[in-house]
Amino acid sequence: MRAYAAKRVLLFFPTMILTTVIVFGLFWVVPGDVAMLILVGAEGEDTASLDDVAELRHELGLDRPIHVQYSSWLWDVLRGDLGTSLWYRAPVTAELRDRFMVTVELSVLAILMAFAVGVPLGIISAVKQDTRTDYASRVFALMGVALPNFWLGVLIVSGLAAFAGWLPPLGYAALWEDPLLNLQQLMFPALVLSFSNLGLTARITRSSMLEVLREDYVRTARAKGLSEFVVLVRHTLKNALLPVVTITGYQFAGLLGGVIIIESIFVVPGVGSWTIQSIQHRDFVVLQGVIVLGAAVILTLNLIIDLLYGVLDPRIRYQ
Amino acid sequence: MLENQTAAEGARLLSRKGALIQLLGLLQSATRFGRQKPLGAVGGIIVLILLVLSVSAPVISPHDYRSPNADLVHEPPSSTFLLGTDHLGRDVLSRIIKGGQISLYVGLSSVLIGITGAFIIAVTSTYFGGIVDLALQRLVDSLMALPGLIIALAIIAVLGSSLNNVIVAIVIGMFAPVVRTVRSQVLSIKESDYVLAARAVGASSGRIVFLHIAPNCFAIYLILATFYLGAAIIIEASLSFLGVGSPPHIPSWGGMLSRAAEERLQTAPWVAVFPGLAIFIVVLGFNLLGDALRDVFDPKLRGR
Repeated sequence: MRAYAAKRVLLFFPTMILTTVIVFGLFWVVPGDVAMLILVGAEGEDTASLDDVAELRHELGLDRPIHVQYSSWLWDVLRGDLGTSLWYRAPVTAELRDRFMVTVELSVLAILMAFAVGVPLGIISAVKQDTRTDYASRVFALMGVALPNFWLGVLIVSGLAAFAGWLPPLGYAALWEDPLLNLQQLMFPALVLSFSNLGLTARITRSSMLEVLREDYVRTARAKGLSEFVVLVRHTLKNALLPVVTITGYQFAGLLGGVIIIESIFVVPGVGSWTIQSIQHRDFVVLQGVIVLGAAVILTLNLIIDLLYGVLDPRIRYQ
Repeated sequence: MLENQTAAEGARLLSRKGALIQLLGLLQSATRFGRQKPLGAVGGIIVLILLVLSVSAPVISPHDYRSPNADLVHEPPSSTFLLGTDHLGRDVLSRIIKGGQISLYVGLSSVLIGITGAFIIAVTSTYFGGIVDLALQRLVDSLMALPGLIIALAIIAVLGSSLNNVIVAIVIGMFAPVVRTVRSQVLSIKESDYVLAARAVGASSGRIVFLHIAPNCFAIYLILATFYLGAAIIIEASLSFLGVGSPPHIPSWGGMLSRAAEERLQTAPWVAVFPGLAIFIVVLGFNLLGDALRDVFDPKLRGR
């Protein structure tokens, strides 16, 4: 186990480096000159001479060779400095810190809700396979997968506005400042996000439960007269939850993409709504910061899940 | 001469009868599938309807999906315009039918290219292991850590917004998770007794990969294919909702749901509600069918 863990931790670093290279390279090939965009404006209303553009490019450090730009950027990132926003001319790290907490809270809320509903749904489906209960719970779970979440979000916002006179509260309050207002703001977006994730959780739980229920050791457990509850929880669920936990880790990665749209629909001041603005401004310093921070969080989460996997499934660690 | 003719006649009759029997057999297995997997049958029917509508789109569309009409802007659903008209006075139903064609095109091409490619890479690399597999794993780990939608937005910013570039973005986005899933499946199959037995009797690597490992991954290929068919349709819709997917003149379902339609949700709800409903029903259909096919094809679950 120690060798497996050491190997897994060692592999974390090349992956992280590779990720930063991909992120940096991606924004290097994206067309759209930031200097030009700042001077001319998005609609091209102002006029600027080519000299001005060249001067600004020099000031922003955009005229240096790519590997110099990359290494100086990486060095800053390692020291916790994600650079200065090209559009707002403000440090990215400070702004990102506040917004990231909002998005993390939203994601955790969504994952917890998905897990709390999805896992029991999957278990019921597997145990009552091919009955009406199974069909009902599967259709419910799949509805979440099939509903485009931005559409559901839009319908909820306009439905609440039309019938209940509710609008997303504009002033955001942190959880520890005003828990009620905070929950009021995050409840509906978390609900929408969890509904699209719950389907996957339930589906994986069901198929994994079904597979384990057909294993010999489950038959043995039943044959020796253990109660159905013990068979289900200790022999089946314990083994069947492994793939579900793996999926939950990756759902965080999916959520980081999903919040982009949902946050802007529900006016949540998280990373997502900032990302949309930054894409419109082609502010790639902000985008790089968002993606690198997100990637670091997800990679760490995956490392933890892989280590857990090794603890729980001995077959993995002896390879 | 005459004998030959009657013989040929008889053979033709026989083959026609054979075709009929075959057709009956196919019908029979379809009904059996429907009885055993009613949800899967519902999904299959939805997919079939989508196929028929897409193929016959030019014939059955009540109106031209392109022709605007300034006098008929935001008409509510009526007998002439069953699902109403949009902000340019175009028939929503005809646009939804055309949009089905586009969704099917986006879904099928991205799944055929993406899943098949990722599948081949994953199976061979996992089986042979070594430095290549290690490098692939790192690449997959890196890609999985990047938020898919932001990457898709960036890819389209590089390539320009067109339907085929949306497909490229979807294919790149599905590569890592598919490789990851197939890898874990191959890992467990690789350790199974029948692979060990095959290796013990001296089967070649190619034989083990193609005859023992690949067929046992078939069920997971089907699940992934149906899941990503639905997912591709939703990703296309999300990108178009953000205004970077398919160009505005193409009536994709996501494009019809764009911001413009959303803003008029209070006054002309049909413009945004029906395309969303179409996405919902079709993606649900693909998922229901995939679930049922999985149960049928997975040998581990057969004969319970």
